[in-house]
Amino acid sequence: MPDVTMPTTEAELTDFIKAARASAMPVEVCGFRSKREAGRPANCAAVVSTAKLGGITFYEPSELVVRARAGTPLHELEATLARKNQELAFEPADLSRIYGPDFMAASLGAVAAMNISGPRRILRGAARDYLLGLRAINGEGETINTGGRVMKNVTGVDLTRGLCCSWGTLAVITELTFKVLPKAPEARTVFFVGLADEAAVGVMSAAMGTPYELSGTIHLHGSLVARLADPEIAPAKTALTALRLEGSPQSLAHRVERLRRLLSPFGESYELDHERSRYLWADVRSLAFLSAQFDRPLWRISVAPSKAAPVVRALSAFLDLRAAYEWSGGLLWLELPPSADASVTDVRRVLAEYNADSMLMRAPRSVRSGIEVFHPQPVAKMNLVRALKKSFDPAGILNPGRMYAGV
Amino acid sequence: MSVIMPKEDLRTLSRRQAIISGLSAAVGSGTLVSDDAGLRAFETDALTAYRTSPMAVVLPRSTSEVVSIARFCFENCVKLVARGAGTSLSGGAIPTGDAVVIGLSRMNRVLDVNFPDRTATVEAGITNLAISNAVAHARFFYAPDPSSQLACTIGGNIAMNSGGAHCLKYGVTTNNILKLKMVLIDGEVVELGGDFLDGQGYDFLGLATGSEGQFGIVTEATVRILPQAEGARPMLIGFDSAESAGACVAAIIADGLIPVALEFMDKPAIRICEEFAKAGYPLDVEAMLIVEVEGSPAEIEDQIGRVGEIASRFNPKTLRVSQGEAQSAAIWKGRKAAFGAVGRVADYLCMDGVIPLGKLAEVLKQVECIGTGHGLRVANIFHAGDGNLHPMIMYNANDEHEKVIAEQCGAEILKLCVDAGGCLTGEHGVGIEKRELMRYQYSEADLLQQMRVKAAFDPQWLLNYGKVFPLDLQERFAAEARSHA
Repeated sequence: MPDVTMPTTEAELTDFIKAARASAMPVEVCGFRSKREAGRPANCAAVVSTAKLGGITFYEPSELVVRARAGTPLHELEATLARKNQELAFEPADLSRIYGPDFMAASLGAVAAMNISGPRRILRGAARDYLLGLRAINGEGETINTGGRVMKNVTGVDLTRGLCCSWGTLAVITELTFKVLPKAPEARTVFFVGLADEAAVGVMSAAMGTPYELSGTIHLHGSLVARLADPEIAPAKTALTALRLEGSPQSLAHRVERLRRLLSPFGESYELDHERSRYLWADVRSLAFLSAQFDRPLWRISVAPSKAAPVVRALSAFLDLRAAYEWSGGLLWLELPPSADASVTDVRRVLAEYNADSMLMRAPRSVRSGIEVFHPQPVAKMNLVRALKKSFDPAGILNPGRMYAGV
Repeated sequence: MSVIMPKEDLRTLSRRQAIISGLSAAVGSGTLVSDDAGLRAFETDALTAYRTSPMAVVLPRSTSEVVSIARFCFENCVKLVARGAGTSLSGGAIPTGDAVVIGLSRMNRVLDVNFPDRTATVEAGITNLAISNAVAHARFFYAPDPSSQLACTIGGNIAMNSGGAHCLKYGVTTNNILKLKMVLIDGEVVELGGDFLDGQGYDFLGLATGSEGQFGIVTEATVRILPQAEGARPMLIGFDSAESAGACVAAIIADGLIPVALEFMDKPAIRICEEFAKAGYPLDVEAMLIVEVEGSPAEIEDQIGRVGEIASRFNPKTLRVSQGEAQSAAIWKGRKAAFGAVGRVADYLCMDGVIPLGKLAEVLKQVECIGTGHGLRVANIFHAGDGNLHPMIMYNANDEHEKVIAEQCGAEILKLCVDAGGCLTGEHGVGIEKRELMRYQYSEADLLQQMRVKAAFDPQWLLNYGKVFPLDLQERFAAEARSHA
């Protein structure tokens, strides 16, 4: 494995990229390398990390704005925000369950590069929705500033969103500005047990269609429930469908009561208090319901919620899978038994009928190098992918092949 | 004129008859407007100080007609300007004389509403308000609500990434759409985004939103629809200085309250709007806030109490909570009719800069100084909660000199916003109006990167040419494209 270069200033990073550009040397771009086993395996002669470009550079709690360098650990930023009773409202998921706890924590750069959001995404929006601005170095070694620090900004092309979820293939993000929100004082959970998938999605969709502002929804197959920490819920090993509400105690009492009454046709519901809610949703955020076994392929499927249960049913006909439904069913985590190709042909053949997006989130390197990890795109869209890549990184030196072969 | 329009391509102009015949052959004469009187309706938008008649206008009824039009323009190297309702305040829909306008107003159907998935799929020419109206029976709505929502189209909203009074809580267009069907200039149709939240891969949906019609022609959109709140109630708070009102806004946000809307009006604006809407606005105050909160009756009471408590620290002269739906409607009528109301009194330029909240009081004072310095009246009406200012510079459009002064005044205000740490435009877009000011906010490297991304979608620079980027840079890109061709 090549050495990891860790610039301590943006100028050093710029020089490194310019040198790589001059010699057409492919560079693997990373933060703390916690997601190194995500995406297509990159075989680069050099590795550059933003790990030593860290630190919060600006925080104005009264304006709900924070700016930090890409190499800032996510937990460090969250701790700083918590001291002012604020948070990243999109509640970035902790992916260490997928990629292994032995890796270091996520960097802020990775949160943007992969657009990592968690349970609260369904109410408050995704990482990309909270990014106000970025600074990044493109494949020519040029510093690019996008957006700014203000809440609304439509000045020019929205490169902030353009760089979000680009997996380090367009530019190396060096600094990020986020909108933050006040933390809700308390949480409650309304839950159902033993619901079939269709009924569970029905409950979640009905709840999301109310004015009671759910800040998280999850439905887990019984086999996944056993991995949760809650001492009463976990041992039951029956399907769990949980709905989170957040706010002031007074507001929560009203909303929980109304919601349970409205959902009563779906069966008996139960309630978790603030403490137990906190633990449950911390488990959801850290994907504790997924297997930590690295050779078990894990698919991330985005689909219209009403199609989630049919997708799982169609795949279950020939695959031994375990499913978790986040975001009211709009985000499916599918755990499959180990195989040479992560069942890619079957998964994608079925998904083709449901307008879904799929990504193989976890599989051994040998599997990921042989298949398309990201969802295959039609020809016209791939032409745009290549043209966009070229517009930032004409020599193709940044994370080449990480997302798509030849890009 | 202080905004210079790009030079028209004489070779294209000389082919006008052939181009009109070609378009007619491609999509039928019923879709085409080419007579002088008909073209006049398309020569400007809401930036009425500038106007140019296009070569021709096409009004397609389907994506396949849009494909035929785009392909014809691509193959014949003809510029194309997409237009919704023509409500752009930045000149985003103003054509050049050598361009064809493609008006999407006939494509105004709701294609699908899916309440369980909370989405609506609509054609690009539907009005913003029609989407909310189509789902209101089930107590849902489409959140972004620009003041022009009665007229403006979702296609235009996507082009400008429009906001509105309620985006403080619900976000702007880019936060509320899931999927676009877009016709590229070569006639290829692509879907950007999907029926779901956040797939993995490049965020083309985010890039295309706010691209001011320069990336492709959006023909369909799948938008998120949200359940209506249990209830909402606005309150009016009047102050004896703009500074106090500004400080109150900052204090509300700093306290962790996120009202659904937080609007600011200064004395000139209050008077003009009150005369027009009879909303019961206080006339004896220097500045007024409209604060709207929502939720259950108890939540509303609680939040109104908290806002009132915060406001009391800034010595409000009046504090009035709406007592019913009629009063609430009147309060919003005054605010939403503001642009029209000012327009009854004088011609005006409406600015759209954004500033950090903490700079509100200071910037307002400087805006007033800039106006006074130029001998012009400025009314301020804006989305205070997110720092999005709308200074309205009043002038006489028949006085060419005063028009120039007004534009200078506007440019100074926008530069002030950038200097304060903000940006040139929060929701109106760059258009032709702020094109040359882009250098004030961005470095050359920033601008060239944005332009290369634009060229990734439209390598020939045929779509909405002359907007967004400084003209000399666009000419350079276009000349390069021509030399490659």
